[in-house]
Amino acid sequence: MSLVLLRAGPLTTVQDLGRDSWRDRGISRCGAVDDIALSCGNLLVGNDVDAAGLELTLGPATLRFDADCCIAITGTDADATLDGRTLRPWWRHRVQAGQTLKLAAPRERMRSYLTVSGGIALAESLGSRSTDLKAGFGGLDGRALRDGDVLPLAAPARLPTRSIGIHPPEWDASVRVLPGPEHDDFSDAARAALWTADWQLTPQSNRMGYRFAGPELKRERGGELASHGVLPGVIQVPPSGQPIVLLADAQTTGGYPKIGVVIRADLWKLGQLRLGAALRFMPCTLDEARDALRRRQATLAQLRTALCMST
Amino acid sequence: MSTLPPDLLIRPLGEAALCCAVNGPIALEPQQRIWQLGAGLAQTEGVLGLIPGMNNLTLSFDPLLTDSQALEQAARALWARPLRRQQAGRLVEIPVCYDGPDLSDVATHCGLSPDEVVRRHTAADYVVYFIGFQPGFAYLGGLDETLHTPRRAEPRVAVPAGSVGIGGAQTGIYPLVTPGGWQLIGRTTLPLFEPKAEPPTLLAPGDRVRFVAEGS
Repeated sequence: MSLVLLRAGPLTTVQDLGRDSWRDRGISRCGAVDDIALSCGNLLVGNDVDAAGLELTLGPATLRFDADCCIAITGTDADATLDGRTLRPWWRHRVQAGQTLKLAAPRERMRSYLTVSGGIALAESLGSRSTDLKAGFGGLDGRALRDGDVLPLAAPARLPTRSIGIHPPEWDASVRVLPGPEHDDFSDAARAALWTADWQLTPQSNRMGYRFAGPELKRERGGELASHGVLPGVIQVPPSGQPIVLLADAQTTGGYPKIGVVIRADLWKLGQLRLGAALRFMPCTLDEARDALRRRQATLAQLRTALCMST
Repeated sequence: MSTLPPDLLIRPLGEAALCCAVNGPIALEPQQRIWQLGAGLAQTEGVLGLIPGMNNLTLSFDPLLTDSQALEQAARALWARPLRRQQAGRLVEIPVCYDGPDLSDVATHCGLSPDEVVRRHTAADYVVYFIGFQPGFAYLGGLDETLHTPRRAEPRVAVPAGSVGIGGAQTGIYPLVTPGGWQLIGRTTLPLFEPKAEPPTLLAPGDRVRFVAEGS
């Protein structure tokens, strides 16, 4: 059972929800940048949330299935067609062996996810199938997919038959942020600008980090920091005063002051921000951040139950 | 050892991580306390990952399984414990061919002959303080002060894997090809990062490292 990439697209990688082990050895988390889209896509096709799927970035792509299976396309709408027939995003679809799936370049936002019943059956590396592009391991040979690549598919326990879809989560260009450990070292003007400016996503951005342009964030107190552990969501401010939000492929340690941290429940939104688009940071409290995560997990659990009953 | 532990500063890093840090100069004893804290917290419910840094430890956790107050209490209790007598860390010998493109620049900067740079670089016992930047990239303490050399004015676009370099007061080995500004004095063929192995890296925090010159 396999999936053939006739046209891989500009940046298509195998991703699951990433790896948390070996962070003390310098191993990055990686995994889907829009983790909600991948999780929901997996639930739609009867997988666990953390099965491996494809992350397609701005991608026109063409794929052929060599086995009967169930698929879903989540994340941003890429006008998917199956042998020319339009497929609704965030729905479960049956695919017959030999059929061809085409995705167009999305008109808005950034990343689409393809999940397949049973999941992509590459071997795990360090506890995950996610591709680590920087360190060159995981996924398929640690690299982005190319035209002609063939990916093995696992045989699903059972193939869901009923057509069903879900409402995608509402996306807007804002994320909630908690003040970071060095927040108080920044000038009054910088702390105000963090919440009021339109932060423009620059082209020097990738799965490691998003570099934003806006007013200069000046740090007034505190000296150089010793190297310390960092995580996806951390907002670092290098001496240029232009913030960098760390994403899934970020290295494990850093040395820049941290003005804030994007809350876990909103990290997925960053994955759908287009280069050149503006983002707002919204202040938030610890309780709100935990509640948002709890609600998100509850929604995924409800979804799993509802989808299990409608196979 | 009866010295009191230095003050531990604990601050949240978002809703799912805490930064624990000590102030003060970089030294082996506070760093050993950091490793001991990490080992103790690894057994705590809800903890997902532990990243030792220089004089600090970042721990990530599942905020739906535990909360930051409970973890902060656990960290303070562990921190108050006396520093266990450390067994000398595992000794890892790293064979190095000292033919790096910047060896003569380093020698000139330090006012030494290239042979003397090699002698001093191989004479020291280094300690892995922590791993970061790349899989298996070890931040080593113990570089001879006479070998401290500023980074290159122009960083290289691609430093080959296995390169041994000096950057300011640090020395280290690049596990993977990367852009870098360190002065390259040699190279090793020993793999520092092997994703198929468990553990995946040659070095771990607490290890001792010795460089051994081999013929070029």
